[in-house]
Amino acid sequence: MQDVAVVSFAQSTSFAPDPLRNEVELLLPVMNEAVERSGIPKKEIGFTVSGSCDYLAGAPFSFVSALDAVGAWPPIIESHVEMDGAWALYEAWVRLQVSDIDSALVYAFGKSSIGDTNEILTLQHDPYYVAPLWPDPVSIAALQARALLESDGYSESDLANIVARSHKSAMSNSSAQRTSETSVEQLLSAPYTVSPLREHDCPPVSDGAAAVVLATGDLARRISERPAWIAGIDHRIDSHSLGARDLTSSPSAALAARNAGANQGPVDVAELHAQFSHEELILRRAIGLDNGTAFNPSGGPLCANPIMATGLIRIGEAASRIMDGSASRAVAHASSGPCLQQNLVCVLEARDG
Amino acid sequence: MAEWCAVTGIGQTKHGARRGDVSIAGLVREAATRALEDAEMTWRDIEAMVIGKAPDMFEGVMMPELYLADALGAVGKPIIRVHTAGSVGGSTAVVATHLIHSGVHERVLTLAFEKQSESDTMWALSSRLPFAPPIVAGAGGYFAPHVRAYIRRSGAPAHVGMEVAVKDRLNALRNPYAHLHMEGINLEMVAASPMLWDPIRYLEACPSSDGACAMVLTNEANAGRAPKPPAWVLGTAMRSEPVMAYGRDQVNPQAGRDCAADVYREAGITNPRKDIDVAEIYVPFSWYEPMWLENLGFASQNEGWKLVDDGVTAFAGEMPINPSGGVLSSNPIGASGMLRFAEAAMQVRGQAGEHQINDAKVALGHAYGGGSQYFAMWVVGSEKP
Repeated sequence: MQDVAVVSFAQSTSFAPDPLRNEVELLLPVMNEAVERSGIPKKEIGFTVSGSCDYLAGAPFSFVSALDAVGAWPPIIESHVEMDGAWALYEAWVRLQVSDIDSALVYAFGKSSIGDTNEILTLQHDPYYVAPLWPDPVSIAALQARALLESDGYSESDLANIVARSHKSAMSNSSAQRTSETSVEQLLSAPYTVSPLREHDCPPVSDGAAAVVLATGDLARRISERPAWIAGIDHRIDSHSLGARDLTSSPSAALAARNAGANQGPVDVAELHAQFSHEELILRRAIGLDNGTAFNPSGGPLCANPIMATGLIRIGEAASRIMDGSASRAVAHASSGPCLQQNLVCVLEARDG
Repeated sequence: MAEWCAVTGIGQTKHGARRGDVSIAGLVREAATRALEDAEMTWRDIEAMVIGKAPDMFEGVMMPELYLADALGAVGKPIIRVHTAGSVGGSTAVVATHLIHSGVHERVLTLAFEKQSESDTMWALSSRLPFAPPIVAGAGGYFAPHVRAYIRRSGAPAHVGMEVAVKDRLNALRNPYAHLHMEGINLEMVAASPMLWDPIRYLEACPSSDGACAMVLTNEANAGRAPKPPAWVLGTAMRSEPVMAYGRDQVNPQAGRDCAADVYREAGITNPRKDIDVAEIYVPFSWYEPMWLENLGFASQNEGWKLVDDGVTAFAGEMPINPSGGVLSSNPIGASGMLRFAEAAMQVRGQAGEHQINDAKVALGHAYGGGSQYFAMWVVGSEKP
């Protein structure tokens, strides 16, 4: 396998809904920052790939206008997945394995504020039997949270603990939307949105973008003092039928983690794409992480959730901990679909020399 | 490149205006099952899936790889969903070849589909963008000015577009899967059809179809065990250019020329007209055949229409284009590009039946999308490279 590393990462300076900027305007500064930080001249980047979703903008081909931010002239070698940017990064990693190019730019963007994600995300369900019931994502997540609480001895305090920790961690993340030092008792006194989930158990509505530059072996070593090497990456999907799944577990996350080699060493940091607090509990167990790991030091999706970029940001945040020397080995996770249906696990590590 | 890639199984649905007999899941299974049968494989043999389709609003299902995971036997496996506008069927296949070339997987199923009858494509293409003026004209309204510009530049006579429309519909009569089977189609019928977007007449435009296409791609070792002759992937390429760029030529886009140059270089093609035996190119409106002949280097600038007019691109011509009937005869949008790629592979495998071109050894598959901005191509051959 070709060695591939994350050599730079950039994200929006704020993820708060931004009525004044469109997707291209959200993306442009982020992409330029990632490319500049990488030290690779933009024209020399071998492959560009992005992740986004038409339904957020309510228009077909929303990724087409994003090409204007890339400045794809003269024409570039480029691809797009209608998935979270983490899967765009997977496509780039595969493309780099072909070994005829040595760098790739990956970006993702999402502007959730212009639509109603509670309505839009219902359209991910089976179009004949489930979507016509308009099951909103919070209610669906609450079903999973309830199943977890009733089966495993977890309590609502466990959820509140995750929220309290996430909000506090986010205080050191200048891009985060939600930051606070709140006690578990205060959190538990808030009303339910959909029992057992409260507003803080659910992600905020966010607008923003993220970009990552990948480079292969020699190039990565030359341009980066401490590249975040991709030691393993894999993604898997579970059944779509919620009734056919044990909602308290995530076999696809467990399988992806095993294939990516998540447990082949200590994990200093884990950035998990847990959009609802209870999902972190399911993911910790599926991936096999214990309390020796720092979870979502960025604050995670509970503090900023630009849909379609949230997963890529997990990889970027985890890679940043490697690149800044605060971690030696990190696990990044991305998810897609109702109740963590599809999961990607990326293991990043520092290497000597 | 770590591994060579081969096509060992191909399947497509019967394409039609409304496949009311199947759900979206049923439609994709029809194509996927046929591809597996052709490769003499089962779902169990497939390691990963790459699927593609055009905008989700064409069916009203957001990120349908989630809903289709079960129907495609993907549970417990990796599945990726590609979307690069109209070129997506081609791009999806190219992304799948990378999974093989890289050595990451040995056996991959790639599939593209569209079930246009589930929604309204014209509506989905005409929605009001939040920060841009609405076009409200669908694809035909967008491309008609480009066609007019081509006619003005090249001095092509008006009947050339109609000749393409007739030729592709006659070819479709040889293809049992084609949506349109128009017995007795002729120039007079096309000329008499309503003008939709001047100069594009109703019968010079593609239909709106439900359909899917699937291929099994494998590495060399698996291709060696394949029951039928494989099509070897000799080259792949993808190129994109922005909506707006100073000097951008939408009639003869640079991204298309660059993409062709990339794929020819990789496949060792120096003279496409001589080295390629048959091509399946993405022609949703008749005039795009001469336009793409020039963009792809089969003809010099402003001369493409002469190949059409001289019958060179006809079924029995020296450079047959779209013997399957092409997009003008079946247009399940997301699958239309993959159908071009698959039909090219069928030709070099000798499995194109009534529309088989004799001695086809090297074939080009081509797809484009967006405002003539996204290009995907592959060259396949009967001989191992």
